[in-house]
Amino acid sequence: MHRRHFLSSALAWPLVSGPTRLYAAANSPARLLFVFLRGAYDAASLLVPISSNFYYESRPDIALARPSADLASSLPMTTDWGLHPALRDSLYPLYQRGELAFVPFFGTDDISRSHFETQESIELGQPLVGHKDYSSGFLNRLSTVLTGSAPMAFTNQLPSIFKGPAQVPNTALSTLAKPAIDVRQSDIIASMYSGTRLASVVQEGFVMRQELMRELATEMDAASRQSISAKGFELEARRIGKLMKDSYRLGFVDVGGWDTHVGQGGATGYLANRLNELGQGLAALPQELGRAWKDTVVVVVSEFGRTLRQNGSRGTDHGHGSVLWVMGGSVRGGRVVGEQIAVERTTLFQDRDLPVLNNYRDTLGGLFQRQFGLSQTQLAQVFPGASARDLGLL
Amino acid sequence: MFVEHWRMTHLPLLGAATLSLLLASCAAPQTGQNQQFSAADTAYQQVNHLTWGANTSAVEHFRQQGAEQYLQNQLHPARCPLAPELQQQIDGMRITTTPLLELVQQMEQQRKEADALGNDEAKKAAQQAYQQELNRLRRESTTRHILRALYSPCQVQEQMTWFWLNHFSVHQGKGNLRAMLGDYEENAIRPHALGKFRELLGAVATHPAMLRYLDNEQNAAGKINENFARELMELHTLGVDGGYSQHDVQELARVLTGAGINSNASNSLQKKELQALYVRRGAFEFSPNRHDFGNKSLLGQPLQGKGLAELNEALDRLAAHPATARFISHKLAVYWLADEPPAALVKRMAEAFQKSQGDIAATLAVLLNAPEFAQASGRKFKDPMRYVVSAVRLAYDQKPILNTGPILNWLERMGEPLYGRVTPDGYPLTANAWDSPGQMSTRFEIAKAIGSGSAGLFKSDGPQPQERAAFPQLANALYFQSMAATLSPATLRALEQASSAQEWNTFLLSSPEMMVR
Repeated sequence: MHRRHFLSSALAWPLVSGPTRLYAAANSPARLLFVFLRGAYDAASLLVPISSNFYYESRPDIALARPSADLASSLPMTTDWGLHPALRDSLYPLYQRGELAFVPFFGTDDISRSHFETQESIELGQPLVGHKDYSSGFLNRLSTVLTGSAPMAFTNQLPSIFKGPAQVPNTALSTLAKPAIDVRQSDIIASMYSGTRLASVVQEGFVMRQELMRELATEMDAASRQSISAKGFELEARRIGKLMKDSYRLGFVDVGGWDTHVGQGGATGYLANRLNELGQGLAALPQELGRAWKDTVVVVVSEFGRTLRQNGSRGTDHGHGSVLWVMGGSVRGGRVVGEQIAVERTTLFQDRDLPVLNNYRDTLGGLFQRQFGLSQTQLAQVFPGASARDLGLL
Repeated sequence: MFVEHWRMTHLPLLGAATLSLLLASCAAPQTGQNQQFSAADTAYQQVNHLTWGANTSAVEHFRQQGAEQYLQNQLHPARCPLAPELQQQIDGMRITTTPLLELVQQMEQQRKEADALGNDEAKKAAQQAYQQELNRLRRESTTRHILRALYSPCQVQEQMTWFWLNHFSVHQGKGNLRAMLGDYEENAIRPHALGKFRELLGAVATHPAMLRYLDNEQNAAGKINENFARELMELHTLGVDGGYSQHDVQELARVLTGAGINSNASNSLQKKELQALYVRRGAFEFSPNRHDFGNKSLLGQPLQGKGLAELNEALDRLAAHPATARFISHKLAVYWLADEPPAALVKRMAEAFQKSQGDIAATLAVLLNAPEFAQASGRKFKDPMRYVVSAVRLAYDQKPILNTGPILNWLERMGEPLYGRVTPDGYPLTANAWDSPGQMSTRFEIAKAIGSGSAGLFKSDGPQPQERAAFPQLANALYFQSMAATLSPATLRALEQASSAQEWNTFLLSSPEMMVR
């Protein structure tokens, strides 16, 4: 499907809502999966500023080498940037295929450098100054704007990003157990609710659980045929891919474990392992989504970046600017885009961090506008007060 | 009918008195009508409305004391004894044995020692141990809270403790806040939960947990951080439409400058001329060095710069404001009565609040004695905390659980863990936040876990866990005498279809009637 076709079909979302969202969504092709890396991953290890001598001076132990034949060196992208070698087999092929783009110097103006506060302020997506509505996250607002968006949080708790007036279900897929309540018991429980205001809600809850199990039944099949079945985030991502192909259009998942103050490693080690696992999972999405991959955009964000200089424990501390990842079958990838600046001592923010030149609200606003054809009014609902910038990612 | 089968197989578990009641009530017709209750039913419903959830012993207390006296005792609790083994458990907790300042110092010491290690592996392990200890301290606080909710005879006080913890919400995730939660609940919240709102406000506003959570420890003259000031007016007192301006936020932030935390043994050094204004109470510190002594104006009135006394004056002003009376009264009515409480009742409560100088028990008395309250039984949807606590109370009455872990996990799964609200606005108190399809399915699974007796509540923690057999006692005299009559025909029919005692329990705990108070 061509990009133009993709955009126009995205505009043609049916105006369906109500309790039957599992089925109602089947006609709307545009899909967005939002991946939040909690703990502020070291973006300077993902996207390596290979043209910066200052980077190599600042990180005597953990810098990633400039691209070369050495398997431990970073993978060639542009003259300024290389990719972490842990992504060689998973995401690098997507980048080369043009389905993955990166936006460095990305993030928020919030400089508290507190995980908890910055995650929260990003998820709310509201201006930093003035009254905040804590019960309104920006994906919920996006979901409200896109009638029939079939949202789903693939998490145990409903994350702040999905809080708000639109009813959003949530189910963690990392720890999915067979429902404890069997079909007979479900029917009997549902019978107690018939005629009450919760009748349809209870019914839908059971349908949702059964639907999840049906969707994932093939997983056991596959697992029994393959010698090695997916584990960890890859398993979770494959489940998400299946569900987003058939039932949901607006998804959220978070992945933790990125707070690397001590011994984060370089081409190998703790951070490399985390990136490898993440990469395997994300690379599985196009496989699971199949033809729907053309209509899908996956964005990966984190609350902030880390200090450019390594600290005394060969790790990094809380910083500022991060890197946005944008993947999808119709993404104009294979590029590093957005406002950029040379990584030098003089360009550091507060002499420690990569600066933020691409504000998350403006950048994501521009991306959503492009993907979903949002009007200015709708955009202002999702990101009030932001000035959307289209970086041509689609 | 399944109950027959259950009686046959489980008879030996029941006492003789219970048995005769049980048989007598079985003989009586079960009407399943919601409208008319015998005196006994009313007692059950009233207790259900006043406590974390009705159970046999609470209904007994209620009957012994009579409605009026029971309510009076609940609003003005004198003693709240727990079973000795529970009290012992709480007494042995580090949060009980170590005062806040000491605890914070010990944890700081542990953190510094971990950071100072040279070897990467050792350092990582020590930092993990530090985090684990913070988690354990949080677990002590949550466990204590759950045990009291389940077993304290002072049930209104316990609910108000939860209510104010939620109203003055702090999140466990920030810094070392996990070490402060126990003290925050025990010394800032619970003693004032039914007392004067102004005293509660003062205790909260000078507690290190709140000062850290809302950044007031960073707030200093010339380097204003207005986070706490804004929430103090918007969330804690006046309410978002309470008639304050951005100017008031800035002025209150100036008033709050210097109110912070000192976890050192020694006091911070102060300029000589300001020394007299220095205040230190445990880990709380008012540092005149950091205070903006300029004159201010707050809510249209001047406020003279004079140190910590300004804060007291500002809190007086906020607590006495009519908007605060309305805001707090409305929130109390939402929590206890209905998502959209009758405006006339809220008005009467607000009047009582103002007349009594913000006496919480007096305000609550208006609500709990109101005809609107008496008629509202079975309408207020339970939030996850109330659902879980009421289900365990009903299932096990006074039999002390050995492990709060399953309860804490359920609260996590349903998105309402204690001290787990990320934002300072607290968990929502209305049905629409908690009655989604996923939530309901989770509740049924919890109902099954409790109902089948396999939830792990009687499996002790530790290296050699011990499990005590404890089958939930749901089909008891209370059920047959009182509860059954409040159930709809549909619920009764469902219960009849149960094929085991476990399933019968599961259905009862899953019923629409169990979802409301």
